[in-house]
Parts: sequence; C-alpha cells; structure tokens
Amino acid sequence: MSFDDAYAALTDHQDDTRWAYGTGFSDPLAGVPTDVPGGVDAADLTAYCLMLGDDALIMSHRLQQWVTRAPELEDEMALANIALDLLGQARLLLTRAAQAEGAGRDEDDLAFRRDAADFRHVRLAERADADFAHLVARLLVFVTWRLAVLDGLRGSRDPVLAAIAAKGVKELTYHREYAAQWVVRLGDGTAESHRRMRAAMHAVWPAIGELFRPHPVPDRLAEAGVAVPAAAARAEVDAVLSQVLAAAGLPPPTATDGGATDGGAGRDGAHTAALDEILAEMQGVARATPGGLW
Amino acid sequence: MTGPEVVPAAVAAAAVTDPELPMLTLADLGILRGVEESAGAVTVRITPTYSGCPAMEAIRADLIGALRRAGHRRVEVRTVLDPPWSTDWITPQGRRKLAAAGIAPPGPAPRRSPGPVPLTLGARPAPVPCPRCGQPDTERLAAFGATACRELRRCPGCREPFEHVKEI
Repeated sequence: MSFDDAYAALTDHQDDTRWAYGTGFSDPLAGVPTDVPGGVDAADLTAYCLMLGDDALIMSHRLQQWVTRAPELEDEMALANIALDLLGQARLLLTRAAQAEGAGRDEDDLAFRRDAADFRHVRLAERADADFAHLVARLLVFVTWRLAVLDGLRGSRDPVLAAIAAKGVKELTYHREYAAQWVVRLGDGTAESHRRMRAAMHAVWPAIGELFRPHPVPDRLAEAGVAVPAAAARAEVDAVLSQVLAAAGLPPPTATDGGATDGGAGRDGAHTAALDEILAEMQGVARATPGGLW
Repeated sequence: MTGPEVVPAAVAAAAVTDPELPMLTLADLGILRGVEESAGAVTVRITPTYSGCPAMEAIRADLIGALRRAGHRRVEVRTVLDPPWSTDWITPQGRRKLAAAGIAPPGPAPRRSPGPVPLTLGARPAPVPCPRCGQPDTERLAAFGATACRELRRCPGCREPFEHVKEI
C-alpha cells in the first residue's frame, strides 16, 4: 500500500474506525503483558499509576487550554506537542492503573468518569496560569520534577512502568529544554519581561513543596523496588531550577513549603476549585453522552 | 486457504506506510518490531515513536487492512514499549527517502551518560545540513513542528524553511 500523500492515505479507507472518539480508541497497551510482579501490592501499584497518570492528564489539559492563546504560532505548536506527549503518558499510565486494579475499568472510565476527589495529581498540575510567564514557570517546575521521577523509574521492577518511564524521559528532556529556554529568555530580557518572570517564579514556588512530600504509597512501593520515594527527586530538581534561575538572572525565590498544601494534598484527593473547572470542560461531553462514538 | 495470491505477512506488513510520513514504510521508520506467522495467525509487533503518537490507531488499522488484503484473516497487532523507539532505528533507506522529500534526517541520537539528564540550555547542537541545497549548517525556527517527531528549521543559504526529524 502506497500513497502520494497522507490525505490520500486517510481518505482511502472504507471504514471510519480511525475517527472514533473516546471509547473507540484501542488499548494503548494492547499486547503488553499485564501481570503484576510478584511481591508487589496491586492496590498500591494502581494508586501510584493513577498519581503519575493524573499528573500528566491534568497538566496536559491545562496546556491544551493555551492553544489559540499563545503569543506565537510556534509556541502553540510546542505546547500542543508537549500536551500530546503528556496525554500519551497519561493514557499508558491510566491503562496500567486499570490493569493492576482488575475491576474492569479502562482509561476512559478513569479519565472521564471519576469525580474530583478521586483524582490523585499534585496541585501544581491544576493551577491556572495568569500569563505566559506563569505558564513557563509552572511548566519548568513540572517537567523538571517529572523527568527526575521517571528517570528513577526506568529501573522499576514493574516492567510496564519502567518502559513507560524510559519513553517519557526522552520526551520530557525536550519539554524541559523548551520551558527552561523561555524562562531564561524572559528573565534575561527586558525590564518588563524580567519583572513578570520573577513574579511568576515567586507565584509557583509555594507549590513545589508538595512534590516531595512523603506519601505511604510511593514509599511502600519504593521498598518493593517499583517506585521512587517522593522525596528522592528533590536534589535534581533543586539543581536544575538553580541552574535556570542563574542563567535567567532571577533571584531564587524563598519559602518552598506550605501554601499549596494547606488543607491537604492532591495526592490524597484534596484539590482546589481549579480542578472542578477543568473536569467540567474535560468530562462534559463524555458524561453527557455515555458510550457515545462519533 | 493459502492460495498463490497470498503475500507473506512480513512482506505485506513491511510495505505499510506511515500516515504522517507517507514516504516511509513502517520498516523504514523502525517501528515495525516483528512479524510472526503461526498456525494461520499473524502477530505484528509495533512500537510508538512518542507516547502520544496519534498515528498509532491509524497504523494499527492500516496493518490489519493490508494483511487482510494480502490474504491473512487472523491478525493481531501488539504494542511493544521496551526498548523505546530511537531515531537511530530509521534505516539508511528511510533516511534517503526523508532527504529526498525535503525533510532533514536525524543525526545520531543523544548518548546517555550516568547521572541526571543534563539541561543544555540551548548549547549548540550538532549542525543540520539543508536537505535542499546542502548548506552545512542551518538555523532552528521552532523545536516543535507539525508532528511530535519533527522540528522546523531554515537554511541561511537558499532561505527555504524545512523540517528535521529530531534525534531521540
């Protein structure tokens, strides 16, 4: 089968399964062995994959909201690409969570039919961005942290998690370069861009503490060789953020703890009103038309 | 059942083209990880280029369709995630086809050294020659292009913009 261009290839088909939305998509882990390794608690593995999957899903949605609003077309493409990579990671992780859970749910059930209190992402992922500087500050922190975590998971005893992580590390390396270069460009730019980049770093800083807050699920799984403890990524994240701030000519913000975790943490399902707004948009169509395909 | 019109599964699968880079076959792109025939059933293993590659659904459908047309009724397409795809798996023929289509093929994928992944902050990467005029170095316009695997560049010699498959 050969076509002169992609459009000919797309329109050649007699069936339109490829245009299916939502539940029409095939299992992204089709054919990947689904066993939970011996000695690993399946409930913990489910909870951990939900945490990592929800981080990516919610952050991806926030990035998608920037499409048509970014300052340049090239940045819309960059943000859409990063959002797509994170969405792919989310699909794999939510599918792995559903497999480990063994309750007959799938990625769509987990993405579209869970309530806010059942989401397990860190609050950093759900925050709204006041401007582009806030976006790149938040993106830098998020992808720097996620790269450090997934890099540690490449050696996980769960082979599916290890494979998802190894793939994600390559993608996140590009994402981090993009976010870091924007922080440097704005921080080291005009007086106005410097002022706004500095304000954005200051605003995101209190959300960092939650990323490293010890949690029993990753800590137990770390003992079983499956996860990395929540606190383990801190040194690498601190080093990278210091490198970027220095290159950007930005003073290091202070107060890395508190703030965002007042009243509980996202890992335990305690979220802000920002998540309700995200879910209303993200889940609205799926909930209004259960099982819908088009 | 298996009359003379049946094309071997490995041949039929290897000829399927990538929906987003239609000048390349799945074999050229290095995402076809194996084709096995056993007791009248065909198992095809593919790996995604990127986690969120939206073409995977189309590739799966194309493989099943092509193998059915080649006379194979029972086809299963399995995803392989490990080891992750690298642009080093694009074949020499695939690289020639990319260049002929005006897309600069990737250089060698970055080698991983022990310790954390270094942040380069735009440190000068290896030069990318222009696929049209051959100018040895070109400038990057945007790190993310029309698909996850490509970036946008411009040649200072012939002034033409072009795409480059990113090393990964």
